[in-house]
Amino acid sequence: MDQFLQQIVNGVSLGSIYALIALGYTMVYGIIKLINFAHGDVYMVCAYIGFAVTTYTSLGFIPALIISMAASAVLGMGIEKIAYKPLRNSSRIAVLITAIGISLLLEYVMMYFVGAEVRSYPKLLTEKIFNFGNIIINLQQIYIVVTAIALMVLLQFIVIKTKVGKAMRAVSADKDAAQLMGIKVDSTISITFAIGSALAGAGGVLVGIYYNSIDPLMGMMPGLKAFVAAVFGGIGSIPGAMIGGLSIGIMETLVSGYGNSMYRDAAVFAFLIIILILKPSGLLGKSTKEKV
Amino acid sequence: MKVFNKKNILTLVIIVVFYAVVQTLISIGIINSYYEITIATICINIILAVSLNLVTGFTGQFSLGHAGFMSIGAYVGAIINMEMNSTGGFLIGVIGGAVAAAVVGVIIGIPTLRLKGDYLAIATLGMAEIIRVIFLNMEITNGAAGLNGIPRYTNWLWMYVFTVITIILINNFIKSSPGRACISIREDEIAAEAMGINTTKYKVMAFALGAFFAGIAGALYASYFYFLKPNIFGFQKSIDILVIVVFGGMGSITGSVVAAVLLAIITAFLQQYSELRMIIYALLLVVIMLFRPQGLFGTKEITDLFKFKKKNERIE
Repeated sequence: MDQFLQQIVNGVSLGSIYALIALGYTMVYGIIKLINFAHGDVYMVCAYIGFAVTTYTSLGFIPALIISMAASAVLGMGIEKIAYKPLRNSSRIAVLITAIGISLLLEYVMMYFVGAEVRSYPKLLTEKIFNFGNIIINLQQIYIVVTAIALMVLLQFIVIKTKVGKAMRAVSADKDAAQLMGIKVDSTISITFAIGSALAGAGGVLVGIYYNSIDPLMGMMPGLKAFVAAVFGGIGSIPGAMIGGLSIGIMETLVSGYGNSMYRDAAVFAFLIIILILKPSGLLGKSTKEKV
Repeated sequence: MKVFNKKNILTLVIIVVFYAVVQTLISIGIINSYYEITIATICINIILAVSLNLVTGFTGQFSLGHAGFMSIGAYVGAIINMEMNSTGGFLIGVIGGAVAAAVVGVIIGIPTLRLKGDYLAIATLGMAEIIRVIFLNMEITNGAAGLNGIPRYTNWLWMYVFTVITIILINNFIKSSPGRACISIREDEIAAEAMGINTTKYKVMAFALGAFFAGIAGALYASYFYFLKPNIFGFQKSIDILVIVVFGGMGSITGSVVAAVLLAIITAFLQQYSELRMIIYALLLVVIMLFRPQGLFGTKEITDLFKFKKKNERIE
């Protein structure tokens, strides 16, 4: 039982990072129907920015987080402007290939400049361990979960309460109608990319803290898993991405804890395929009827 | 229709002459062993791209898991070939690998092909990852260390024979009645269903056929490069194949062939700038998509270009 609870605790902290990345996927997919493969790499770049900020200046956790988020917002908007906007009206597969191209570009440009080796992340948070019975929770995990929840609440507020959020929801519901209502579709998409990337940036810094190591190819797998999380929760749904992220995180730690950690990734994907077959719209997604 | 009409005989002559020319160049030594590897890569990539084109380009089912089928073919082919160390064993290995890949294709295809578009892409991607992890943990495949010392029976002749067979069979499949059904599914699935086409059947058929040829490519790969490990067949490999298909034009077999040749030449050329190679490759990908999203040939074939010229001449 103790081990189970311990795995749940680990799973929640890992899952909240996945949830942050999944939010970006789900927002972008909701608005322009693109699996943004470059999203995982935006998160990788930001982990490096966080690394640089904390190593070369003596800033603490919060400033580093804010700087990385700002940088990733700019990066996300830039990618959208350069690579996706000119393809707004071409086939979906062309945009997808471009996204993959951008993803490779970010990975290898990063590798060119910082080298392929794994770097260890500076200790940003003091090591402190809390014991609850036999369950160990360290301060990092608390920081990660609290940061993630704070950002999600903030996002939910932006999407539900503000004008920008309203515009985002309108564009994702019907782009043409939104345009007719006087919503600037292009700038709304830009803002969506900025917010989504900023969340991935936060995820990048948090994962650096959690795993203590970063490398240029770290974005691929978590990126795919975060997408699985987004699909599981129902793509386009923000609470769905949170639930999806947490479930994937918990599932992964449980598989590593009880079974074979080699099968961790396979379990996530098997889970995805089962979800897609049983409930293609995801847990909280809206199922759309196809009209002829 | 006669099998030995003028067009078919001409095609046959071109195929044989092309083989003979390259074979002579290899025997004289103009094509050295370095170029030979490039040629082998081109042949394997052509088989992979043409078979993926059948699934993605002609049937319109977006698959990101082609490397998974390739790995099944490669491992089954390699294991059979290591047991039966002869040319016969090699051929049985290739066919065995292809059949194994096709069977897995059917098993996976039936549930996942109900999905559409991006969801199918992600499901196939997940499936390829699962296959990779399974190979990583199996004893017979020697896990992450990989299989070493696979006997090499592949040479230019076998590579060429399998490539030509793949192209001809897939080309004929597309021109057959089931092939037309596949194209109709790409154009409009609902309309195709309304016209009485069993869409699931044809989608699974195309998927299994694509998997079959990917298995052949995998077995050839195993035999040519002696060495296999599961990480060769990761997500990146599936992407590489998809890039060839999209670059050549989805729904154009000659497009896939030309793209496979061009990309192999570009890769071979970029080999000397090893650090910048992937950056240039990625940039190229983005630039091509930005300026020519339909690929080099679109849905046209090279032969269509000649037809077009003839028409113009007639008008004059």
